[in-house]
Amino acid sequence: MTIPTLSIRNLHKSFANHEVLKGIDLDAHKGDVISILGASGSGKSTLLRCVNLLETPTSGDIWVNGELIQMKQDKKRGAIPVSSKQVERIRSRLAMVFQGFNLWSHMTVIENVIEAPVHVLAVPKKEAIAKAEAILQRVGLYEKKDYFPGQLSGGQQQRVAIARALAVEPDVMLFDEPTSALDPELVGEVLNVMHGLADEGRTMLVVTHEMSFARDVSSKVLFLHQGLVEEEGKPEIVFKNPSSERFKKFISSVY
Amino acid sequence: MNLAIITNEYPLYLEGLWTTIYLVSFSLLLGLFIAIPAGILQSSENRAIRGAIWIYMYFFRGTPLLIQLFIIYYGSAQFDFLRESWLWDYFQDAWFCALLALTLNTGAYTAEIVRGVIGTVPQGELEAAKAYGMSRWKMLHRIILPNSLRRALPAYSNEVIFMIHGSAIAGIVTIVDITGAARVVNARYYAPFEAYLAAALLYMCLTFSVIFIFRQWEKRYLQH
Repeated sequence: MTIPTLSIRNLHKSFANHEVLKGIDLDAHKGDVISILGASGSGKSTLLRCVNLLETPTSGDIWVNGELIQMKQDKKRGAIPVSSKQVERIRSRLAMVFQGFNLWSHMTVIENVIEAPVHVLAVPKKEAIAKAEAILQRVGLYEKKDYFPGQLSGGQQQRVAIARALAVEPDVMLFDEPTSALDPELVGEVLNVMHGLADEGRTMLVVTHEMSFARDVSSKVLFLHQGLVEEEGKPEIVFKNPSSERFKKFISSVY
Repeated sequence: MNLAIITNEYPLYLEGLWTTIYLVSFSLLLGLFIAIPAGILQSSENRAIRGAIWIYMYFFRGTPLLIQLFIIYYGSAQFDFLRESWLWDYFQDAWFCALLALTLNTGAYTAEIVRGVIGTVPQGELEAAKAYGMSRWKMLHRIILPNSLRRALPAYSNEVIFMIHGSAIAGIVTIVDITGAARVVNARYYAPFEAYLAAALLYMCLTFSVIFIFRQWEKRYLQH
């Protein structure tokens, strides 16, 4: 049996006295596209942000490519990572696409795409530029490479953000509601790019409200409710025969 | 009014102009080396560091530049340990004292500007930097500083102008900057109006050049 690319065991996360995640297990193997669904407040974004430690889990284990992220207990701050070096190294293999794009506004499109390869992964600049140009071709934004993010539409910015993610050749791509901040007519261009990535075998974790993406593109669906996995399985099965009443209600309300 | 005085003495004014430019540019540059770390460390978790910076900034922002120069230039002589050390070579030199006073002064004001803009980096951009594996140091010099310092340009252009005008105090401690040149000319001809009018015009030229340069920078770096 192969080692999962990403493995999460018994993950808990509390903010003050409010427990947002109450013990989540998740395995992602190479090429898996996992859609994480749930109402707002179900903890789905928090789960995604725990994976690359933008949120520090209260307890539980996370393995990336078989490597456990080492945590320790601090008297004042609770659970914290043992080594910031390890966290930085693991983060550099997990690329994140944010709801609000979060492109670096003082850099042009191409500078955004080569930033992490050149300055985190130490790829030679020439090589990084050549690759970035190819990736920008692919997301259809090569012509905009010298624009600043502020000069682009939301859909274009999100495609640049995806290009930035691709440029680091991540083991897992994390998408945090990538289409939620977009005008409806711009959602399609971003979903198309994501569809293409799924087809070429990228490992993706996608927090989303796009039911069509979850049903047609993903290989697995995870439905969270109040910090627990309420339903999980292959989309063709769970969408047809949901075992949980709540998930049944959820899909009928969203459609 | 006798304009011949100005035209006769233009080499002296030119020398003064260069001295002012030199003194101000040098202290601005050195001041940045104080201001950027001080501005960043104002949000340090270490209370001793924060306290030390606070005292520095409030002393230099709270007292007149002229008093600061007098304390450094005239005041330092009464400390025997200073007079006996190698530092005395520097502290008895008006040039060094003017440079030191101007540097410490602009350092304090600019630190406050830096502190103000550093907090304006959008949270999401910092999160993205973290998510892509940047260390704190890398985030600082790749994202936080280049992103925020450009927003300091308008405020900093004011600081540069204040410094040009503030540097006039160097003329009081024997340095022949623009003001120093005007004092010399006035002493020679007893023509204060002409002597200081020429100085005023030179300061104006400098100021407008600075404004023009900053306009260009703002156009370039604040376009988005």
